[in-house]
Parts: sequence; structure tokens; C-alpha cells
Amino acid sequence: MANSATLTTDSKQTWGGGKSPFSVSYGKLMMWIFLLSDAFTFSSLLIAYGFVRFTFTGSLPNSVVKPFAHLSHNFVEEMQKAGMFVTERWPSPELVFNHFPFLHGIHLPLMFVSLMTFILIFSSVTMVLAVEAGHRMAKKEVENYMILTIIGGAAFLGCQAWEWTNFIGEGASLSSNPFGPTAFAALFFIVTGFHGTHVLSGVILNIVIYLNVVNGTYEKRGHYEMVEKVGLYWHFVDLVWVFVFTFFYLI
Amino acid sequence: MSAVAMHTDGHHHDDHGHHKETFISKYIFSMDHKMISKQFLITGIIMGTIGMLMSLVFRLQLAYPETKFPIFETILGEWGKGGKLDPNFYLALITIHGTIMVFFVLTAGLSGTFSNLLIPLQVGARDMASPFMNMLSYWFFFTSSVIMIWSLFVQGGPASAGWTIYPPLSALPKAIPGSGTGMTLWLVSMIMFIVSSLLGGINYVATVVNMRTKGMKMTRMPLTIWAFTFTAILGILSFPVLFGGSLLLVFDRSFGTSFYLNEIPADLAGGIERVGGSPILFQHLFWFLGHPEVYIILLPALGITSEVIATNARKPIFGYRAMIGSIMAIAILSFIVWGHHMFITGMNPFLGSVFMLGTLIIAVPSAVKTFNYLGTLWQGNLRLNPQMMFAIGLVSFFISGGLTGIFLGNAALDINLHDSYFVVAHFHLVMGSAAIFGMLCGIYHWYPKMFGRTMNESLGHIHFWMTIVSAYCVFFPMHFMGLAGVPRRYYAFTAYDQFNVFVDMNKFITYAAFIGGIAQFIFLFNFFYSMFKGKKAVQNPWESNTLEWTTPVKHLHGNWPGEIPHVYRWPYDYSVPGHETDFIPQTTPDEGQLDPLSEPKHIPAPERKKVTTLEKEEAVLFTVVKRWLGFAQ
Repeated sequence: MANSATLTTDSKQTWGGGKSPFSVSYGKLMMWIFLLSDAFTFSSLLIAYGFVRFTFTGSLPNSVVKPFAHLSHNFVEEMQKAGMFVTERWPSPELVFNHFPFLHGIHLPLMFVSLMTFILIFSSVTMVLAVEAGHRMAKKEVENYMILTIIGGAAFLGCQAWEWTNFIGEGASLSSNPFGPTAFAALFFIVTGFHGTHVLSGVILNIVIYLNVVNGTYEKRGHYEMVEKVGLYWHFVDLVWVFVFTFFYLI
Repeated sequence: MSAVAMHTDGHHHDDHGHHKETFISKYIFSMDHKMISKQFLITGIIMGTIGMLMSLVFRLQLAYPETKFPIFETILGEWGKGGKLDPNFYLALITIHGTIMVFFVLTAGLSGTFSNLLIPLQVGARDMASPFMNMLSYWFFFTSSVIMIWSLFVQGGPASAGWTIYPPLSALPKAIPGSGTGMTLWLVSMIMFIVSSLLGGINYVATVVNMRTKGMKMTRMPLTIWAFTFTAILGILSFPVLFGGSLLLVFDRSFGTSFYLNEIPADLAGGIERVGGSPILFQHLFWFLGHPEVYIILLPALGITSEVIATNARKPIFGYRAMIGSIMAIAILSFIVWGHHMFITGMNPFLGSVFMLGTLIIAVPSAVKTFNYLGTLWQGNLRLNPQMMFAIGLVSFFISGGLTGIFLGNAALDINLHDSYFVVAHFHLVMGSAAIFGMLCGIYHWYPKMFGRTMNESLGHIHFWMTIVSAYCVFFPMHFMGLAGVPRRYYAFTAYDQFNVFVDMNKFITYAAFIGGIAQFIFLFNFFYSMFKGKKAVQNPWESNTLEWTTPVKHLHGNWPGEIPHVYRWPYDYSVPGHETDFIPQTTPDEGQLDPLSEPKHIPAPERKKVTTLEKEEAVLFTVVKRWLGFAQ
């Protein structure tokens, strides 16, 4: 174990030959390859989503309720009666995800998920800034931006927890869905859950890296490449969210 | 720990062999790629023996469906009550035989063994990019093997839905006995396997791309490395899709979703009515892995064969670049042809013809490889040692099994041939036997590198002849059974009048299978006997050019005692005219090269001079084209 650590960090001395093609270290290369592989995992889930989604051919009733309109207590039953939430029809995400914390009773289509997306993308920005500060060996700045990134990730996870709670509270589960086909809820839980797991591991990784930065591990090592590697992972998770957001909420 | 201190200052990288190793760090949780490759090989051989014995059990059942074998009751207990094999256990046997052979022997056992052994040695690296991940890769594989074997002993028996685990048999725990705990363990085992394959694959690609020694350009890598690299890429990109598919299957089995299930009443499916899913979705996700998987199995075997044939024909490989091109073409095409496993699922006929076109195009790179093997053998100074025999045997299987692939690739013919013994015969020849032959060929060839001794040649020849004859006797008659409509996966054919004509043939196949089984025990004896009592190997026993034979016979952690050798030429300089030996190792500098570390050298000196003296653009162009097509010698 300790042996491998020295083998992998001291690449220039330990490995006698060869220059790095594309000027990347093998560690970064491995991260890229892993992300490529992970992209295929997400693709398989999203393709499964597409496969199920397109067995429902009816159009999405998008403008049934105006934004900021009053939301009655039995909104779901009304929609079921109106034929919007029936098992033969894929529900419009705008009618399903229309809640916002502390703003009860107002129809706010996709507002909350937009906020979540903004938070996650903003945490990507802070991650870029951390990587950039790492290039300048500015330890203090890396620390600050890493903290912001961790907060962003944690906030996203919190938002997701709220949204899940809300969705489950309205009666959705892996095998039941008051909004229409059960596959809608099942796929929602699996795909956003799988993505959420990735965010969670990203936050944990970020915390580990942050602690290493604080302890000066990378300062001693002479480069902040680990920040960059974990940054690659973080951006990937963001990118995947963009696709999840597009598929589940927008189309 | 003193060793660690020594490494951190970065000067003593030559001393890898000398630091103290405990038994555990050397043999069990080893991070040395050579030891890990041996671990993969031994595990693969054990799994292979189990898988082979299973096939003998169900071959007995197929040959003598009415006879009682008391031994079945002795070894199988309840599954062989009264000496009769339980029909459910028959399904379990074919499922686990397929799973073990495809994943545990020919994926991990083949590519795990030889990628680990050869990638660092042949590209000139001291170890894999991440030795720790490499160790994890083995232990995930080991855990997954243990779980798969464990599943044989649980209530209801192991998974029985075929190695392709199609829903609904795999998705409803109550469907058949094997759909219960056995299926759950199958899925757990497979998820472990995917993790192992991913950890290994990332390492292989990173090592090949980043860790090559000075002068080891991509175009100077042995074809084994090219094959292993593309195998790893295929695994990295296709196994995650199986992971996604299995994830949804786990949810269908245990959490009440219905991705793959439709119109299943609640009392059959754990109290929840299942509607809206489609089993075809699983087939798409499965075969997106399943088809590249065929090439994950085959490509390493083909790479090993290229190396062994060139070495033992004492000739440069015919069409080095064409070989690389065909490996790439096969790798790319393998991702867009998965639908040919699903022609009769009710797929849109137009889509079927698209998949058919892609499938038939694969015949082109496959033919390029075949002809290049034959071209390398042509007028070679053949050394017919066991590994060479197995390599030629692979070419034979690749041709005879590949030709039936052209039949099966046709969507229209598939209506008749699907799920018949024709399919069984096809894939056992082209993927099963061919890949096993590649693996055996690799074992005979690199045994001196792995264990420092050589295997017995006479036993090797007996093993070869018994195996190839029995393999053809087993699988060739199956073509005719399949053409006559005999379906696969049936427990007993005596129940059907029209198949009674094949009773004698089934007996013949079973006899042949037993001869093949005995041959493998000869191999096992040879393998383990030679490990301790075999002839001591010299450093370069096959007079080969590649880098692994420049390392000392006794293994060092770090491979080379001194500096890693530099590479000055491609690995196939055999029988170069005017040279005193008939092989020139890659480490030999060539005086004719201006910049020996970067100047490409694929053709021997006389030819090169001719090109430069002609100084005509057409001549140069023509030579370039000739060289790309593999005609320049």
C-alpha cells in the first residue's frame, strides 16, 4: 500500500522511459477513462428512460396551469380528473415538479429544480477557480474555493432530499405513481438517485482533498494535480446532471 | 517500510527486487503484475475446470436421457435423485457453464492473465500504472468467482435463465427455482466482476498509453499489446451498460418496478402488478455488452496468436498495420451490431437489415486477420512446438467457426437457425474453442516467463491433438443437428420423434467431449508438474524479439535489474537477410537509422535502400500503400 503510493507519486523517477503522450499524467488519464466508462453507465440508464418514455406517444399538456397561479390542496386529484395524470399518458414534469420550499400553494413549474441546477453549476465554477488557484500554488485560495464547492454539492444534495421527500409525500414510489405511469416515478428515483450517489461521493472526495490541501500535502508534493483530478470528476457529475435535467424535466 | 523510505528519494529504483516481502504481500495481496497475472491464471484454470466438468455432466444427460447414473446422486445429491439429472438443474448447469466460461475463464482468465503479464513487460514498464488498483481488480474478480460458486449451493440452485439472463425468468424470483437466491447471487457476482474488469481495463489502457519505454512508439508495439488495449477499451465502454441493465433488473426483482415486465399479475410478482415494461429493453442493454464481450474474449487470443505465429514461423508478421487496422475495425464494429442477437424479437425489419449489414462487414477485418496469419505461415521456417500448434489450431477454428457466422448474420436465415444447435456449434467454435486455444497457446508460450520452467512438449502435443480432434468432433456434428431444427437448451430430445435420429450423434458428441475432457487433465498435470519439475528455462527460450525476454528468468519486482531497455525497432525482425541470427531483439540498435529512437523501421534494410534510390514519388507512394496493406517484406 505504502509502496504503491510512492510508485504512483514519483512517476518521473520510478518509470525509466517514455514521455507522456498528450502531456497528461497517467493518474489523470485514468480519471478520464473512468469518466468515459461512467458516461456509458448513465447513457444506459438514460436510454432505458428513452425506451420507456417513447412507448407513450401522447403530447405533453404543458400550459394547463399558468405559472404563479393558485395551487389547490387537491391539485393531483384535479389533474387526474382532467386526464393529465393518467397511466396512459406521460405526465408533464411542469405539473409534477411545481413546488418550492416556503412558497406553499403557488404553482411554480420547475423553479426549484432550476435553483438546484444553478447551485450545482455554480459549484463547478468554484471548482474551476480552485483548480486555477492550484496552478498558482495559492494554498489559501484553493482552500476557500474547495469549501465553496463542498457547500454547493451539499446544498444540491439537500435540495434533492427535499424534492424526493415532497415527491414521496405526494404518493410516488418505485411501484406507485399518482401522476401517471409508474415507470415515471421509478425512473426518476433510479436516475436521480444514481446521480445523487455520484454527487455524494464527489462531496466526500472533495472533503478528503480539502483536508489534504489544509494539511499542506499538495504544497509539499509541489503540485495540486489531485485537485484537478477530483475537479474532472466534479465537472462530469455536473455535465451528467445537465442531461438528467434535460431528459426528466424539460422534454 | 525501509523499502518505502528508499523509494521516496527516487534514486534507487533499481533495487525493487531486494526489499523484504512477507508471504502475504508476495503471494496473496501482491501488487506485482506478474504475481497478479498468475493469480488470474490459476483462478481462471480452476473456474475453467469447473465449467468443463459441468459440460460433461449435461453431455451425459443429452446422450443418455433415459439412463440412470447413480454417480449423479452421489455427487449432486438432490439434483440427481435416483441417478436422474433434475431438469431444473440441467438449466442451471448450462447457465453456469456459459457464465463461467464466458466471463470467468475467457474474459478474466484470458485477458486478466496475459494483459497483466505482458503489458508492463512488453511495453517496458516496471509495473502497471496503478499496482494497487491492479490488486483490487484481482480481488474483486476472486470475490465474484467465490459468489458465483457459492450460488451453486443455495436453496433453489443457481441462476437458470441462461447466461444471457433474459427477463422475465430472471426478473421474477418465483418464475423457476433458479430465479430466487441463485439469480440474486449471479447479479451480485456480476456487479463485482464489472468492477474488477473496470479497474483492470483502466490500468491496462493507462499503462499502454503512458508507460511505454523510450523508443516504444505505438507502431512498434507487439500486436499482443494492440489487442489487449482494444480489449480493455471494449470492456471499459461495454461493461457499464451491463451494469445499468443489471441495476434495473435488481430493481425489478426486489423493489417492485416493472422495466422489463409487462402484464404480470400481482400474485406472481410479489404482490405488485407489473405493467408497462419490455423484456426487449433488457435484451438491448445486455447485448450492447454481449456482443463486444465476444471480441473481449477473442481479441486477446488473436493478439497472442499473432505473436506466437510470427515467432515460431521465424518471419515478420504479415501486414502489421493491416492487423492493427483490423483490430480497430473489429473493435468499432462490435459496438454497432448487437441487434443480430435479437433478429427474431420482433425488431423492425429495416433495423434488422442495418444490423445485418454491420455484422457481415465484420467478415472483412476477420478475413484480413486470417489471411495475414496464413501469409505469415507461408514459406515460414516453422517450429511446430505446442504453442505454435495451438496458434494454428486457433486459425483453423476461426475460419470454420467464422464461416457459419456469415450464415447467422443474415436476418432471414436466422429465422430458421436461431436458438438451434447451429448457433451452439458456431459460437463454441469461433469464440469458445478459438479463444481457449489462444489461451492455451499463450500459456505454453509464456510459461517460462511466468514460472521459470518450460512445459513438457510431448504432453503438449498429445494435449493439442486430443483437444482439436475432440473439439471438432463435438461441435461439427452440431451444425447438422441445428440445420435439422434441433433447439438448444432442451433437457431431453427423446421426447420428440423427429429428433430421435440424432440419438447416436448425441452419444458420439458425448464420447468426443469426454476425450476432450481427459485431454484437459493431461494439460493440468503438465501445468502443475512443470511448475516444480519442468525443464529450467533459459532467458529467451523461443528466440523472440519482444521486451519481456530481456528480463531475467527470476522475477524481480520492477522487472529489469538496471535501467529499462530502450527500443530501436519493431518486434517482428525475424530472418532479416544478412543478419547472423534469425531474430533481432527490439533492443538492438540499427546502424542504418538516423534517429533510432524515432525513425520508423518496419522493413528490412535492403528494401529501404531501394526506395530511397528510386526517388520517384510514385514508387514511394506505391511502397507506402504496399506497406500499409502488408505486402512489404
